[in-house]
Amino acid sequence: MRNTAPHGLHVPPPKARPGEVSAFSALAIPPAGSVRCPDIAVDPRDIRDLPYELIRVLDEDHHAVGPWAPAVSPDLLRRGLRAMMLTRAYDERMLKAQRQGKTSFYVKCTGEEAVAVAQALALRADDMCFPTYRQQGLLITRGWPILDMMCQVFANTRDRLKGRQLPVMYSSREAGFFSISGNLATQTSQAVGWAMAAAYKNDPRIAATWVGDGASAEGDFHHALTFATVYQAPVVLNLVNNQWAISSFQGIAGGEKTTFAARAIGFAMPGLRVDGNDFLAVYAVTAWAAERARAGLGPTLIELFTYRASAHSTSDDPSKYRPADEAARWPLGDPIDRLKNHLIALGEWSEDRDRALQEELTQMVADTAKEAESYGTLDKGAAPSVKTMFEDVYKEMPWHLRRQRQELGV
Amino acid sequence: MPAMNMIQAVNSAMDTMLARNPDIVIFGEDVGYFGGVFRATEGLQRKYGLERTFDTPIAEAGILGVAVGMGAYGLRPVVEIQFADYIYPALDQLVSEAARLRYRSAGEFISPLTVRVPCGGGIFGGQTHSQSPEGIFTHVCGLKTVIPSNPYDAKGLLISAIEDDDPVLFFEPKRLYNGPFDGHPERPATIWANHPRGEVPEDYYAIPLGKAAIVRPGRDVTVLAYGTMVHVAEAAAAETGIDAEILDLRTLLPLDIDAVVASVSKTGRCVIVHEATRTSGFGAELAALVQEHCFYHLEAPIQRVTGWDTPYPYSLEWHYFPGPGRVGDALRKVMEA
Repeated sequence: MRNTAPHGLHVPPPKARPGEVSAFSALAIPPAGSVRCPDIAVDPRDIRDLPYELIRVLDEDHHAVGPWAPAVSPDLLRRGLRAMMLTRAYDERMLKAQRQGKTSFYVKCTGEEAVAVAQALALRADDMCFPTYRQQGLLITRGWPILDMMCQVFANTRDRLKGRQLPVMYSSREAGFFSISGNLATQTSQAVGWAMAAAYKNDPRIAATWVGDGASAEGDFHHALTFATVYQAPVVLNLVNNQWAISSFQGIAGGEKTTFAARAIGFAMPGLRVDGNDFLAVYAVTAWAAERARAGLGPTLIELFTYRASAHSTSDDPSKYRPADEAARWPLGDPIDRLKNHLIALGEWSEDRDRALQEELTQMVADTAKEAESYGTLDKGAAPSVKTMFEDVYKEMPWHLRRQRQELGV
Repeated sequence: MPAMNMIQAVNSAMDTMLARNPDIVIFGEDVGYFGGVFRATEGLQRKYGLERTFDTPIAEAGILGVAVGMGAYGLRPVVEIQFADYIYPALDQLVSEAARLRYRSAGEFISPLTVRVPCGGGIFGGQTHSQSPEGIFTHVCGLKTVIPSNPYDAKGLLISAIEDDDPVLFFEPKRLYNGPFDGHPERPATIWANHPRGEVPEDYYAIPLGKAAIVRPGRDVTVLAYGTMVHVAEAAAAETGIDAEILDLRTLLPLDIDAVVASVSKTGRCVIVHEATRTSGFGAELAALVQEHCFYHLEAPIQRVTGWDTPYPYSLEWHYFPGPGRVGDALRKVMEA
């Protein structure tokens, strides 16, 4: 008999709240190498099981195993390690700068470095990225100067964005990095439009976009999936499931009864779910999706299963809503440690080299921060000339803005 | 010059621009094979191919999001929102993205989009097929807002909108598609072939954005109007015998303030007419500008004639529509003051 008693409203609860122990033991984590790797020309209907799997390459002994293990050189892995370590060092320094009042706001990507870094390496340097605010690793991996990024964070005289954007909302056309919006998920359908334009122009470049588990509930993400599949756009749609959208766990965004990768099934596109802290798996899955897009085989949805080890932003206090030690208990470990251990297992890296690199990067970030601060910081007063406030609203300034500028006396 | 109705003029503008610039693509709901529910894109897919004029899913936010991405790539998308009443799902992409992209990226990325939006009532469209939401968009910095009142202007202004490097909302009054409309629904419909602005060159020409037109010179009172209301104002002037100077604003933002100030300073009286609801409508901005710039020339309080602050009522639309009777009353009122 079905239960017809009143059942109340279901509001999904997270695994644990402050003071409780996160029960990650209930997470299904398949062994590395256990998920099959289909050909890129596979019919999406034949891989409807993959969105419920978890693609992993690095095993417990730090070896790369299974069909997804990518054929990559130790040099590429060392580049990845360096970019992840630089990203973390950059984040630490900018957090410190925010605490010192040199900027008002900062967003770290601690624990998620493999997402942007491995993906930037798997994409071509001129593929177009439509990121959200936790993919600073894309810019760093592409060799964009951290000095330029710091100047944006400090809104100083060297800030190319003229102090108009919240810190971390970078933009770099040259680096193939689209202007970040604070309105979430809007970039996803824009990425699809860019990819459609590339297809229209027979341009071999593809687009990639990133959205969080929380923001994937926005309508824009649904539109991105619809347009991507309808026009078979050459785009890689990355959904970074870092478990938390500020204080809401991923179940509030619709992840309690299914996986986010499974959203792909209804749109007839491959949905791949990957261990987001496994550099090699993230690289392999992204390369697969990128090759597929470039071959004209259409879009792919990738769910990067990871953990937001830091606060949402400097304005957030996660101890109010999740166990303090949850990050340490995350069963998929730390992406930097895991790649480092893999390189050591390969005989291509050592603790000594690692220490030396860490010192080199910390020093370089500190030196660069000093240089960036020499061009000004937010607490020292607005750097851009006030009259620039009225520029770039339109290509040419209309009369009403000219009069408002005069009214302000600048 | 051939006679064209407003649909044909809009179609001719897109045809002209598709031929001139391979970076122009046109898309929207039903605009491809069928040529749009108002037939504004008829024949374009056949002439220029599937990739340049195509149908989209029914998702206005998706249409605009994709257009912003295409614009960032370097294309010049011209999209159709089937009815102005359907534009609201796309507001975030228009307001937060297209309008702000140049500013927030300090010019690295731009949104050279044209959004064609059939608008307005008087066609028994009810509350979801009759709205005039232009005032929402004139309130958004970074957008331009254009509303033509005749076929000749429609083509020339649409070409300028397509060539503009900023996002342009291009409102097309549906009631004017097939002929000028004086606000008297009981009278037989007129056609554009009998109207001087119904003669439209087949070739390229552009009418600059931000320039109003004096459609009827006059000495007694200035009427500020746009879209369908231009013709209603002309009827009201004829019926009252008041020598009104009627300005067709054509572009609401950027507004041709010089033309407004010159006319009101001359006549000393001002009536503002629009079909949209009154409160916080574009007429409020016009009234504020007129008093800021022309206060010492004014001999009477400014009058607004607008749609009422109600949804557009289906069976009562002629009680909602600001027809020549109401405009005439306002003209007499400012003349009596």
